[in-house]
Amino acid sequence: MKLITAIIKPFKLDEVRESLSALGVQGMTVTEVKGYGRQKGHTEIYRGAEYAVSFLPKLKIEVAVKGEMLDAVIEAITSKAKTGQIGDGKIFVTPLEQVVRIRTGETDGDAL
Amino acid sequence: MRMQSLKKAGLKKAALASLAGLGTLALTAGSAFAAAKDPLNSGDTAWMITSSALVLMMTIPGLGLFYGGMVRKKNVLATLAQSFGATALITVLWMIIGYSIAFTANPNAGTNQFVGGFSYLFLTPMGLNAVTSLAGTIPESVYMFFQMTFAIITPALIAGALADRMKFSAFLWFMGLWLIFVYCPIAHWVWGGGWLGTLGALDYAGGSVVHLNAGTAALVTCLVLGKRIGLGTENMSPHNLVLSVIGASLLWVGWFGFNAGSAVTAGYNAGMAAAATQIATAAAALAWMFAEWIIAKKPSVLGMISGAVAGLVAITPASGFVDPVGALIIGIAAGVVCYISAVWVKKAIGYDDSLDAWGVHGVGGALGAMLTGAFAKNAINSAGKGWLTDGNGHQMLIQFYDVAAVFVYCGIVTFIILKVIDIIIGLRVSPEVEVEGLDINLHGESVHDH
Repeated sequence: MKLITAIIKPFKLDEVRESLSALGVQGMTVTEVKGYGRQKGHTEIYRGAEYAVSFLPKLKIEVAVKGEMLDAVIEAITSKAKTGQIGDGKIFVTPLEQVVRIRTGETDGDAL
Repeated sequence: MRMQSLKKAGLKKAALASLAGLGTLALTAGSAFAAAKDPLNSGDTAWMITSSALVLMMTIPGLGLFYGGMVRKKNVLATLAQSFGATALITVLWMIIGYSIAFTANPNAGTNQFVGGFSYLFLTPMGLNAVTSLAGTIPESVYMFFQMTFAIITPALIAGALADRMKFSAFLWFMGLWLIFVYCPIAHWVWGGGWLGTLGALDYAGGSVVHLNAGTAALVTCLVLGKRIGLGTENMSPHNLVLSVIGASLLWVGWFGFNAGSAVTAGYNAGMAAAATQIATAAAALAWMFAEWIIAKKPSVLGMISGAVAGLVAITPASGFVDPVGALIIGIAAGVVCYISAVWVKKAIGYDDSLDAWGVHGVGGALGAMLTGAFAKNAINSAGKGWLTDGNGHQMLIQFYDVAAVFVYCGIVTFIILKVIDIIIGLRVSPEVEVEGLDINLHGESVHDH
């Protein structure tokens, strides 16, 4: 099992969610986050006073999947979240030791 | 002009009386005589009560929102509290002493050049039917209320320079003392029968009395207070410009009470003042916007509303004296000059006029006062004769005296008031309070997201 953490541009969320649903992904967690990568930030000017805004708003998606689905999910997120412009985001994959569905007590593959 | 219209009204009534039958002659003549004695004009009165309410709306909520949106979120309630607190405090002080020393005559003719009389303390002599010679067709109670709303907004404007760092207690002392020792005498000099009005200074609705005056005090205040902690290193961008846009729009609408209301009648002068105000404001909003678009590459929302306020400020002394073309030129000049002063001059010199009370109101007020001397048109208002319009270059000199007198007197007395308050109770909050925010520390409240 793998935990996929993807940072994407906020307006791409719906496309990514739809493509993951189509693959059979049953759930995801979405968080509004701020950060920077190569895109850095931007500058705002108010009556001549310049402020560097270093952290830009992004969305963080967390999806837990079975090992065999990993490549398809990465492919779906990559293709849907891509604009080709700097700032499209990143995908992090980490191994997942255990999953428990709280309501039923099911574990691992059954809980996903 | 007011006298002429009164005479006309009297003649009309007399003509009606003559139409009445012989038998009722005595009776109608009697009532015509009674009517001629009551100078009240209900149209003027209705307009002036409306104008007073409009000018009050400029301060609460207009100015409060305009400034409140520009500060950081931790100080928004404290900023609104300044406008609201000043409104309440000055209302009471105006009733106790302000109106008397600003708008009633001092029995000593020499003293009257500088300050009004003390016989109107607590407004006790102002009866139901009282009428002042300064506004012959409306009740004095209405004139007192109208001028009260000017007395409220003038000190409240200074709050733009002291935002984010002044104690509320010190602020209230400052507002009260500044009203009595700066605003009231200067209002008397120009409008209440004092030396500047006698000299022929033209200030229709308060370019120097209100805006240059408040702007000068703002400059002195931000110099005495010093810069905000973190200026230049921390992000001090406006926390909610939507509030500022609403505030600026309320200022724009309310300003018709300010300028057209300064006709003190509902007639030709009020109409032309309203038209000039609208034209100059729009021109200034565009001028600031295009200046910024060219220089900084983007037409900011804050720039547009700042330009509109600059135009409103600059047309204030001129409205009622200039024609629409004069208003257009004054508006364009105000937008460009105030953009330069708020954006470039402040940066170059380095004072922390947080919300540009000096840069917009001080500079715009002085510019408007001088341009009034250039564009006042005798055909629009017989009281004015300008330099470029009517060849009266001397008016420019009088306008300069007006600007210089207000700047020097206001600057010195404001400095003294601030120093006295600083010695007795201190002007500025502690660094801990400033960093954590004024809302929670001074008022025990904060704006939440939930």
